[in-house]
Amino acid sequence: MKILVCVSQTPDTTSKIQFANGNTELDKAGIQFIMNPYDEWYALVRALELKEANAGSTVTLLHVGGAANEPTIRKGLAIGADDAIRVDAEATSSYFVAKQIAANAQGFDVIFFGKETIDYNGSEVPAMVAELLDLPFVSYGSKMTTSGNVATIERDIEGGKETVEVDFPFVLSCAKGMAEQRIPNMQGIMMSKRKPVKVVPAVAADNTASVTSYSLPAAKAGVKMISPDNVEELVKLLHNEAKVL
Amino acid sequence: MSVLVFAESLTGKIKKSALEALSYGYQIAQQQGTTCVALTIGNAEGADTLGQYGADKVLQVSQVAGFDSQVYANIISQVAQQVGATVVVFAHSSSGKSVAGRVAVRLGAGLVSAVTSLLAGNAVNKNVFSGKGIATYSINTRVKVVTVSANTFPPKQVRETNIPAEAANVSVPASKIRVKETSTVEGIVPLPEADLVVSAGRGMKGPENWGIVEELAATLGATTACSRPVADIHWRPHHEHVGQTGVAIKPTLYIAIGISGAIQHLAGVNQSKTIVVINKDPEAPFFKAADYGIVGDLFDVVPKLTAAIKNFKANN
Repeated sequence: MKILVCVSQTPDTTSKIQFANGNTELDKAGIQFIMNPYDEWYALVRALELKEANAGSTVTLLHVGGAANEPTIRKGLAIGADDAIRVDAEATSSYFVAKQIAANAQGFDVIFFGKETIDYNGSEVPAMVAELLDLPFVSYGSKMTTSGNVATIERDIEGGKETVEVDFPFVLSCAKGMAEQRIPNMQGIMMSKRKPVKVVPAVAADNTASVTSYSLPAAKAGVKMISPDNVEELVKLLHNEAKVL
Repeated sequence: MSVLVFAESLTGKIKKSALEALSYGYQIAQQQGTTCVALTIGNAEGADTLGQYGADKVLQVSQVAGFDSQVYANIISQVAQQVGATVVVFAHSSSGKSVAGRVAVRLGAGLVSAVTSLLAGNAVNKNVFSGKGIATYSINTRVKVVTVSANTFPPKQVRETNIPAEAANVSVPASKIRVKETSTVEGIVPLPEADLVVSAGRGMKGPENWGIVEELAATLGATTACSRPVADIHWRPHHEHVGQTGVAIKPTLYIAIGISGAIQHLAGVNQSKTIVVINKDPEAPFFKAADYGIVGDLFDVVPKLTAAIKNFKANN
């Protein structure tokens, strides 16, 4: 089975967010970049489990980003992917990224994504890739079993779950529950250095939508402390001031 | 020209998020002087009432069984072309998010998801970096696709009368996905759609103590939620977990009980309009993100708060 896992790079959750260059880009100073957690913990690990259950399978990573993002790819290889493709371009918009992935995703039996990235939280790319490749798409998967050419997937929906069956090939986005995080071991880290990373140029994509500027949200007024002996005051404030009751 | 709104349904009923998307679509149509068309797919009880919430025309494709993004995107794109839609609106929900990207590709349209503002020409805003920033996008295509952030554009009744749903004239492709089972918790508002949320964490000391949380939630008409550790040790069901790896929510009121406020938790809840934190530790980081805070023993404070709200409701 040929398995593709698309991984992106995002600022760590604890990052302080500021903008630079006339508020047109993220200020990268002091930001630690990590592999998007949904891609790493759920998509990549479930892909590796699928490989382990199907002898002769391979797991390929696909990343859109410049050479500076190489550590993210190496981490994925250290966790257990066999090889990687890096599209040598900045990930400027979801449609641009989807076009790059589609151009490099031919011939795979299943294409894994995390359910969204933790920076733009858009969940846009997997659906776009599925459409560009004319493949079925199962989103927000939290559990998957396979039998022959059929995958049975539980997916998260509002306030519940849905169970679906789909034949390979398909596109899958992964949520919590799909797998458990794996920490790369020393052997994995050593081996990752020898695994092949193919660098390919970007294909053209229309600029259908893009960010023109950023701003910071209005600061909160600060917390109002209320005595535990006067919860009536809280109810009053929620009614009169916050107007939520 | 028109604005097309996909009015989604779940287990046969129109969702609240569909009415929010419709509220958005109606306002855009008013702004642009065009009509607002609502489309339902599958079994959608109450489609006729969409007229009350802003649809000038209601179209229905009922001959579809389960949810399949490929089939839905195909149908929605056909209808978008038939009605000359220049804006296609989805809810930012599990189905909306799964279909919007496909529709954008099919229509050659730019997509921005989880928008928090109306379109102003080509410009539209969304929150990024877990609410730590706001991005203004330009959608550079003639046809524009958006998914609408939850609890941001409240459903609005704009007329008294229903508009009878008409069957849309589309071809329905065969589905490659077989939906086996769809199960949702009955009788409660699902977390992503909830206006009021009462959430509790490890400070509860054990699952047997949740009664006071459930009573507060019932008194408010709120949905219950929990922090990650509590879901991980199975004190509470997985679907109640809010935070970065769980469900991200934007209710108007979020009450956090015995939750310290780890950054990953905040990332999933900090877009709530009003946050109340109850914690015995005055140093809990959650207080910094709160609007109102009470330092105290939750086993004492929560029942008192429930009583105070009951009292308030009795007198208002």
